[in-house]
Amino acid sequence: MYRSRLTAQRLAALFLLGCVLFNYPVLALFNRAASVLGVPVLYAWIFAAWLALIAVMAFVIEKRRD
Amino acid sequence: MLAGWVLVLASFAYLGILFAIAWVADSRADQGRSLIANPTVYALSLAVYCTTWTFYGSVGRAAATGIGFLPIYLGPTLMMALGWFVIHKIIRVVKANRITSIADFVASRYGKSQLLGGLVTVIAVVGVIPYIALQLKAVSNSFTILAAAPEIIMPARAAAVPLLQDSALYVAIIMAAFTILFGTRHLDATERHEGMVAAIAFESVVKLCAFLAVGLFVTYGLYDGVGDIFARARELPNLERLLTTADTAAGYGSWAALTFLSLLSVLLLPRQFQIAVVENVNEAHLRRAVWLFPLYLFLINLFVLPIALGGLLHFGVGGGVDADTFVLTLPMANQSEGLALLAYIGGLSAATGMVIVETIALSTMVCNDLVMPLLLRWGWLRLKARSDLSGLLLEIRRWAIVVILMLGYLYFRLAGEAYALVSIGLISFAAVAQFAPAVIGGLYWKGATRAGALAALLAGFSVWTYTLLLPSFAKSGWLPADFMKVGLFGVELLRPQQLFGLTGLDEISHCLLWSLLANIGAYIGFSLARAPDAREARQAGLFVDALRVEDAGSSWRGRIAAGGTAEQVMELLALAGRFLGPDKARAAFERHARTRGASLAEMTADADLVHFAESQLAGAIGSASARVMVASVVEEEPLGLDEVMNILDEASQVRAYSVELEQKSQELTRATAELRAANEQLRELDRMKDDFMSTVTHELRTPLTSIRAFSEMLHEDPDIGVEDRMRFLGIIVGETERLSRLINQILDLAKLESGRADWTSGEVDLGQVILEAAEALSQLYKDKGVALTLELAEPLPTVLADRDRLMQVMINLLSNAVKFVPAETGRVKVGAGATAIDVRVSVADNGPGIRPEDREVIFEKFRQGGQDVLTDKPQGTGLGLPISRQIIEYFGGSLWLENAEAGGANFVFTLPLPPGDN
Repeated sequence: MYRSRLTAQRLAALFLLGCVLFNYPVLALFNRAASVLGVPVLYAWIFAAWLALIAVMAFVIEKRRD
Repeated sequence: MLAGWVLVLASFAYLGILFAIAWVADSRADQGRSLIANPTVYALSLAVYCTTWTFYGSVGRAAATGIGFLPIYLGPTLMMALGWFVIHKIIRVVKANRITSIADFVASRYGKSQLLGGLVTVIAVVGVIPYIALQLKAVSNSFTILAAAPEIIMPARAAAVPLLQDSALYVAIIMAAFTILFGTRHLDATERHEGMVAAIAFESVVKLCAFLAVGLFVTYGLYDGVGDIFARARELPNLERLLTTADTAAGYGSWAALTFLSLLSVLLLPRQFQIAVVENVNEAHLRRAVWLFPLYLFLINLFVLPIALGGLLHFGVGGGVDADTFVLTLPMANQSEGLALLAYIGGLSAATGMVIVETIALSTMVCNDLVMPLLLRWGWLRLKARSDLSGLLLEIRRWAIVVILMLGYLYFRLAGEAYALVSIGLISFAAVAQFAPAVIGGLYWKGATRAGALAALLAGFSVWTYTLLLPSFAKSGWLPADFMKVGLFGVELLRPQQLFGLTGLDEISHCLLWSLLANIGAYIGFSLARAPDAREARQAGLFVDALRVEDAGSSWRGRIAAGGTAEQVMELLALAGRFLGPDKARAAFERHARTRGASLAEMTADADLVHFAESQLAGAIGSASARVMVASVVEEEPLGLDEVMNILDEASQVRAYSVELEQKSQELTRATAELRAANEQLRELDRMKDDFMSTVTHELRTPLTSIRAFSEMLHEDPDIGVEDRMRFLGIIVGETERLSRLINQILDLAKLESGRADWTSGEVDLGQVILEAAEALSQLYKDKGVALTLELAEPLPTVLADRDRLMQVMINLLSNAVKFVPAETGRVKVGAGATAIDVRVSVADNGPGIRPEDREVIFEKFRQGGQDVLTDKPQGTGLGLPISRQIIEYFGGSLWLENAEAGGANFVFTLPLPPGDN
C-alpha cells in the first residue's frame, strides 16, 4: 500500500514536471530558428522531452515491486 | 487505377475482418478465455483516442500552425501520469456500483438523479455530434479523392451535392448498420463488449502502421530524410514560420488551453470513458497503459510535421490541395496506389473505431439515462406487466445509434465545410470538458450536491453553445452572420466570441475560459447553498472513499418495509428478468443465492438481495432508473440524513478504531512482555526464598543435631566421666551459642531486607571504629599468631552512618580474614584513605584467596568461599558478608572483593562523604 502510494506520488510529480516542460516559459527557450541535426530545436525539444517523460513514467510504474 | 468498386470492396473486407475479430473475442469470452484480459490490448484500445482527426487532421493542423497539433497529444500523456490517481479511482467506483457510462457515473454520484443523467446524456450527444461529423467528412472525402485517382480533385462542398449522391450519407448509413451489428447483438448486464475492444485494439495497430508507412514513404522515399525536409522548408519564407510557434502570450495561452482540454477529453469523452473505465477488465492493466498509450501517441505524431511540410513543398502553399488530405494525396501524387489504399484503410480504421465506441457509449446513455426515465415517467412500462423488455432495450439502443449518426451527418451538411477537421473536433472537446467539475470534483469533494452539478452542467453547456456551437452554424451561413458581429440583440458585449469584450484569445481558449468559469462557479456556489441530503451524502461517501471502503453495498440500504418476503424475491426476479431476459436473470439470482449459501426458494428480500437486484438492473438500464424500478417492487424505508451520517461516522470510526486497536495491541504485546519478565523474576525470587528456607533449616539443624546428640548421651549414660561430661557440655554450649548467633543474624538480615531495621545516623569517625574493632579482635589474632597492621591516613574524615553497624562490618571483615589466613605466618593489613567524595577502607590478607568466579557468590546468603554450602564444615554462618554488604549499601557505599597484593583476598568498601564536607 505504502509503495503504491509512493508510485502515485512519483507519477503526480512527473505530471507537474510535464506541465513545466511543455509550457511557457520553458517552451519559449527553444522557440528559435535554430536546428539540431537538421531538426528545428522546438520540434526536437518537445519530442525528446516527451519521449524522456514516457520513459521515466514507464520506469516508475513498472519497477519491480519487491 | 483504383476503381470505386475496389475501394468499396476493400472497405467491406476490412469491416469483415473487424467483425471476425470481434466474433472470435466474444466467443472466447463466453468460454472464459478472454482475449482482452491483457494490459497491452487495454493500452492499444485506449488509442481509440486517435481518430481521423489524428490520421488526417493533424497534418492539416501542422500545415497551418506548425507544432500546434501537438498539445492534443501532450495533454493525454500528462493525464496518464495522473491516471494512477484518477482513472484508478474511477474504475474502482464504476466496478463497485456497476456504472455503465459517464452519464450514469454523474447521476449515481449525485444521489442517482435521473435529471442529471439525462442532462449529461444530452450534453454528450450534442457535444460529440460535431466529432462524429468529422469522421464522416474524413471518410467520405478520402473515398471521393481516392476514387477519382489518378487525378487529385478536392471534393466539392457537400451542400452543393444532392443528398442521394453524397458519399458521406452512405458512410453514415453503413457505419450505423455496422455499429448495430457490432454493439447491440445482445444485452450484457455489465455493458461490456469484449469483441468490440479486441477489434478496437486491432484498429489501433492498423492505423499506426498505415500512418508510419506513409510517414516513412514521404520522409525517406520522396525526400532525403527529416533533415532534408526541414532544410527545404527553411528556404521557403512562408514555411519557415511553421518551424517555430507564435511567440506571443496568446500563442502560449492557447497552447496551454489545448493541452488542458485534451487532458480532460482523454478521460471524459464518452468513448474514452467506455474504453478506459467500463471495458477495463483488470485495474492492474492501467499500469502498462500509463506509459504504452503515451508512447503510441508519440509514435503516431512522429511523422506529422514531415508529411505536412512534404505536402506543402510538393503541392505548394494554397496549391488547391487541402492539407487535411496529404496523407492520402502524397502517395497518390507519387503513383503509390498500394500505399494510398493502405492510408485509406488506416483512415477508415481510425474513423470506424471512433464511431463504433462513441455511438455505442452514447446509445447506452441515451437508452438508460434519457429514454428509460421518460418511459418510466410516462407510465409506458406498466410495471406489473410481465413482458420481457430486454428486446425493447436493444431496440432503443439501435435507434439511438441511427439517430446519432444521422445527426452527425446533419451537422456535417450544415456546418462541416467551414472548418478544418481539427477545429470541428475541438468543439466536441470543449463540450465534454464541461463534465470535468462534476466528475472530478465529485470524486474528491463530499460536499458537492445534485443542485451544484446540475447548475454547473447547465451553465457550462449554455456558454459552450453560445460561444462555440452557434458560431459554427453562423460561420456556415445557417445563422445570420451579424449575430457574430453585433452580438445577441445587438448588444456588443454579448458577441459570442468576444464575450464581455474579451479579445485576443482564439475561439477555443475563449470558450474554455468562460464556460469553465461559469461551470465551476455554479458548481461550487450551488453546492454550498445547502448541505447534501441523505442520498447525496451516501453516494458521496461511496465515491470519495472508494479506495478505502471495501464494501460498497448493502449496509447503506434502508430497512425493507413489510418484512421482505419470499414473494418479493420473485417480484424482483421478474423485474430483472424483464430487462435482462428471464433466463439470464434467474441464473444471476441463483448464483447470488449460492454465494449466500441458500437456494433461490429460501431467499427473502433482505437489503443484500435488493442491493444485488438493483445493481443487476443498473447494468442494464442505469442506476437512476434501476432505483426507481426497484422501489416500485420493494418498499424500503428511506434512510434519514441522520442514519446516513451515522453510517458515514461508523465507517470513519471503524477506521479510527482499527488504528487505535492496532496501537492497543502493540501496547498489549509490550505489557505482556513486561509481565512475563516480572513473572520470571518473581519465580526466581520464589525459588530463592525456597532455597533460603531449606538452607536456613539445614543450618539450624546442624547445631541442633549435635546439641541433641550430646544431650542424649549425657541423659542416657550417667556413667560418663567428668572430663567427658565437661567436654560434651562445652560442645553443647558452643553449639548453642552458634545457634543463637545464627538466629540473631537471620533476624538481622530479615530486618535489613525488609527495611525494618533500626538505624541511627550520626557523624562517625571511621578511624576510631577501625581501631576499636582491631582492639576487640586483638586476642583472636594473638591466639592464632596473625599479624594485624593498620595503615590509616590521618586525619580520616567523618562519615554519616550508624556507628554500631559499621563496627559490625569491620568485625565481620577482620574475623573473616583471621579465619582464612594460615596460623603463625598470616598477615592482615587494614588500610584507610579518603578521596574528595568518599572514604575507602580495605582489609587485605595473605590467605588462599577467593576464586574469581566466587567473588560475587560469597556475598550471597549461606555461601562461603571455596566450598559449597552443604559440604565441608562451615567456618561461619555464611550470613556475615551479605549483612555487611546490606549495611554498606544502606549508607550509600559499596563493598566488593579484589585481589590482594599478597595473593589473598582484599575486601574493600567505600562510604560517601556527607555533601559539602571535604
